[in-house]
Amino acid sequence: MTIISLAGVTKTFDSGYTALRDVNLDVAPERFVALVGPSGCGKSTTLSLISGLDRPTSGTISVRGSAVGGITEGVGFLFQRDALLPWKTVRDNVLLPLQLRGVGGEEARSRVAEWIGRVGLRGFEQSFPYQLSGGMRKRVALAQTLVYNPEILLMDEPFAALDVQTRNLMEAELLTLWQGSRKTVIFVTHDLEEAIALADEVVVMTAGPGRVKARYDVTLPRPRDIEQVRFDPRFTELYSRMWNDLRDEVLESYARANAAG
Amino acid sequence: MRERTQPANRWLVLAMQVALIVGSLLAWEFGVRAGKIDPFFFSAPSQIGVTIGGWWQHGYILRDVAVTMEETVFGLLLGGGIGIVLAILLASNRWLGAIFVPFLVLFNSIPRVTLVPLFILWFGFTLWSKVVSAVVLVVFVVFFATYDGIKDVDPTLVANVRVMGAKRLDVMRHVLIPSALTWIFSSLRSAVGFSLIGAVVAEYFGAQAGVGYRIQYSEAQLNTSGVFGGLFILMVLVFIINLFLQRLQRRLLVWKPVDP
Repeated sequence: MTIISLAGVTKTFDSGYTALRDVNLDVAPERFVALVGPSGCGKSTTLSLISGLDRPTSGTISVRGSAVGGITEGVGFLFQRDALLPWKTVRDNVLLPLQLRGVGGEEARSRVAEWIGRVGLRGFEQSFPYQLSGGMRKRVALAQTLVYNPEILLMDEPFAALDVQTRNLMEAELLTLWQGSRKTVIFVTHDLEEAIALADEVVVMTAGPGRVKARYDVTLPRPRDIEQVRFDPRFTELYSRMWNDLRDEVLESYARANAAG
Repeated sequence: MRERTQPANRWLVLAMQVALIVGSLLAWEFGVRAGKIDPFFFSAPSQIGVTIGGWWQHGYILRDVAVTMEETVFGLLLGGGIGIVLAILLASNRWLGAIFVPFLVLFNSIPRVTLVPLFILWFGFTLWSKVVSAVVLVVFVVFFATYDGIKDVDPTLVANVRVMGAKRLDVMRHVLIPSALTWIFSSLRSAVGFSLIGAVVAEYFGAQAGVGYRIQYSEAQLNTSGVFGGLFILMVLVFIINLFLQRLQRRLLVWKPVDP
């Protein structure tokens, strides 16, 4: 079973930079897949291509068996940067995707209220994004993405800008929300610990142009305790094996950055 | 939380400002009375007061202000409307933008004052010669604010709503226009200022009423008190408009953090 499939995907930007070269990747439905690799390895580009925000230079991307043309249906995207509309309140931000889908009235209202409650922001409905902390803004973004119940969740280092405590809290919440829904998740991060703690499967990518270097199944049992799972011996073992792979790529990309800069 | 130094006491600042104004006016007045300042060239606060009082009794002031405001408001609405529509059009199409924006930059560099006599030639001493003078100033302020507002929108915001299912018009409505509105509101004060300048300058060149006309008329009679009186009225007018616009901006931009 495959829900997302990349076949021979290459992406070269107008600047001439090749972010991805001949990438092949199949993702099974309801899997939580983490994509790790050094900066500039095309992790984010991969998400843009799957969502249909960007087109590959060559190769095909298919979602649910059909090739991606426009924006892919049923996809949610959580960006690293703040993507909430600053001129809308929390409620209006969460309502927006329903509005765009023509869901209105009582149904929309109750779904918005439900999701604002589930991410723990009851009482902040009328706040504007600038009045919230970074962690709270991420919660709103999460509610905004989940309120329309997308089958696939693409996450681009969503918690990278948060402090460590908030980040752990958000990771735990994400797992709780995900476990209830069994959505397919592709989670981009450069943090190996985060990847292992969250995912069913970790894909290590090479320094740019990115290719798939190795794939690891994370067999740690669920539900997982984000704080505790890091001390599991299997965690440590996986970590050191993956780090061996990743290290070469990080060094490679480092050396290249220094040569260029 | 950012630490901020204690702001200066509002009332103390206000008291000092009032003292400064009163002090300057007194110095001016006594300079004239002591024979150090020639009132023919520089008038005197008391004479300016008498002149303004006389205008008030004749009912000139309210009429002049009403005429000038009418021109200013028309200029603002027309110029603002054209500027916004033009900006949305040129910002939403790569070709139109690339072709036309350089021309707008070029036109914007023309000193508009020199065109005013032409407008009077074309439209006569009517309302329209004043409105057009205001429009040619306002259009550019609003156009560039809106255009930059649309162009500078964070691409992540657009990407986010597109993934959520927004079509072209949805992106326009929920992202591009609100983003541009911020810039438009921020440019409102300079737009109003420019509209007023356009109207007054056109009145100055040829009109039967208005604050600019009052100043020009006094100048023609070598009546310096009248010139200063007209400028004083203009100052008060701009002051009141700015107070009002400040309130309006704060209400329209509730979602923005307050500037320190």
